[in-house]
Amino acid sequence: MENVSKQSTKASKLSEKKKDMISGYLYVAPFFIVFGIIGLYPAVFSIVLAFQEWNGLGPMEFVGLSNFTVVLEDPLFWKSLYNTIIIGLMGTAPQLIVGIILAYFLNLAVIRFTNFFRVTIFMPYITSMVAVALVFGVFFSSNETALANYVIGLFGFDPVSWKTSEWGAKVAIALMVFWRWVGYNTIIYLAGLQSIPKHLYEAATIDGANKVQQFLHITIPLLKPFIILTVFMSTVGALQLFAEPTVFLGSSAFSRDEAMTVVMYLYRDAFNLGSFGTASATAVLLLIIIIGAAAINTWLTSGIGSKKKRGV
Amino acid sequence: MKQKNKSQTKAGTLPIYLILTFTSIFSLFPFYWMFVMATQPSAAYNSIPPTLLPGGKLVENFQKVLDTIPFFQAMWNTILLCTVVTIAVLMISSLAGFAFAKFQFPGKNFLFILILLTMVIPPQLGLIPQYYLVSQLGWLDSLLGAGVLFLLNPLGIFLMRQYISESVPDELMEAAKLDGCSNFRIYWSIVLPIIKPAFATLGIIVFTLVWGEFLWQFTVLRDPSSYTLQVALASLNNAFRVDFGMLLSGVFWATVPLIIIFLIFNKWFISSITEGSIK
Repeated sequence: MENVSKQSTKASKLSEKKKDMISGYLYVAPFFIVFGIIGLYPAVFSIVLAFQEWNGLGPMEFVGLSNFTVVLEDPLFWKSLYNTIIIGLMGTAPQLIVGIILAYFLNLAVIRFTNFFRVTIFMPYITSMVAVALVFGVFFSSNETALANYVIGLFGFDPVSWKTSEWGAKVAIALMVFWRWVGYNTIIYLAGLQSIPKHLYEAATIDGANKVQQFLHITIPLLKPFIILTVFMSTVGALQLFAEPTVFLGSSAFSRDEAMTVVMYLYRDAFNLGSFGTASATAVLLLIIIIGAAAINTWLTSGIGSKKKRGV
Repeated sequence: MKQKNKSQTKAGTLPIYLILTFTSIFSLFPFYWMFVMATQPSAAYNSIPPTLLPGGKLVENFQKVLDTIPFFQAMWNTILLCTVVTIAVLMISSLAGFAFAKFQFPGKNFLFILILLTMVIPPQLGLIPQYYLVSQLGWLDSLLGAGVLFLLNPLGIFLMRQYISESVPDELMEAAKLDGCSNFRIYWSIVLPIIKPAFATLGIIVFTLVWGEFLWQFTVLRDPSSYTLQVALASLNNAFRVDFGMLLSGVFWATVPLIIIFLIFNKWFISSITEGSIK
């Protein structure tokens, strides 16, 4: 009797295992079907296209590396890469530094109303990029009476033509990126700070370390994983900048070069000029740039605090 | 001792409060100013000193928006798009997350690494083939075309796998199996109720992502009747002489619903950021 039931459970277990296997495949299938059609296939197709000449209608023609040569010899590509990097640096580097400082303040036990501050500082993130670009577009309008010109006028500066000047456009776009994302990063850093055990600070206080020393030698090193994460995300995000400059500049977005980014350059090639081949070559170059920049920045950030360990 | 420490540091908190207050004003001012401009005639923009108080053109400016873009159509398109995509992503991700968390099958690790890779590929890489694909399917200018791209959400699988392996006990599954539950029944009646909080997190992430995304919607939606809010708003800025009052009225009314939702559910929004990025 016992033997029989044992055998039957064994058999049912085996078929149970098989059932689980089938279920497993079945349940991941929807994702991988989607992935195949709109993820993998377009990515591979893009890389193939980068070596073809194609306007989306006629037959493709294999042209070797010439798409890459065309893009790399185009001064506008380099200008757009330069713009992307400058706007990225101006928009994200201050954001991460300010984010850490704000998170540090919000995490202090003596500070009250932290929930109010948290909500207000985070609020810009929920507005869409388009909305932000339009609001800032009016704030930084090209009129001499733009509110931004009034504000800088209070400090004795001359009015700037924000949408058509080399630095005006970059500063305005960097500021909107900063405004929208600083709260987001603050929230991530705040979560990081809350994971640091309090007794470390207490021990440091007993050892006579002041607040600045504690910040530099305890907070920053222990926050490192969160810093790496935000630097990685900011780097990738900054190199993909498209909506803000496009909407900010409106009808002149693709005809001027002060704030043209790499993705705008790609978009213009593909959808305004109908050159899918060179646009795909740009996409492949962008992929390489993103991977390279993300790797370098992550590597650089991993170095933060490792030298300072002695000081704690 | 503790009390003393507290009063000592309290004097030093004033500059911190000043900085935090300044940051809050910096964060809120564009919202306020957007509201002010939405109530002012365009000419108010040229006044010196600048107008910082609301005027009486709230309705008139919005009427101009309605005359220029199909605002309510775009609002409806956006809500429909976000809702359908969010539900679909929740289903796809929770099913796959369930499989990765609880079942053993050959190739599981390989497939999981493949999802990791998906996260690294920038969305622009596939833009042209995706556009071509959607145009071949006849899905340009349609919400199908606008939505299909967002079904691919590898982050969702990560979140769901994590949450399910932490919160659905194996014993519960064993017990359900002994009672004769099929795997799908377990998913539907046991897993789904348990992972509701994870659905809220992922739902907010996906909904706001789709709501705010621009590049893809801008690429496939060219016909005004198919516009989503973002594309419609951007089109307001394309005229040679832009009516700022009208422009910011459009932005204001498109942003208000989101702000209300955010203020009600702000805890969920904020925790969705930390959970979405840290796990």
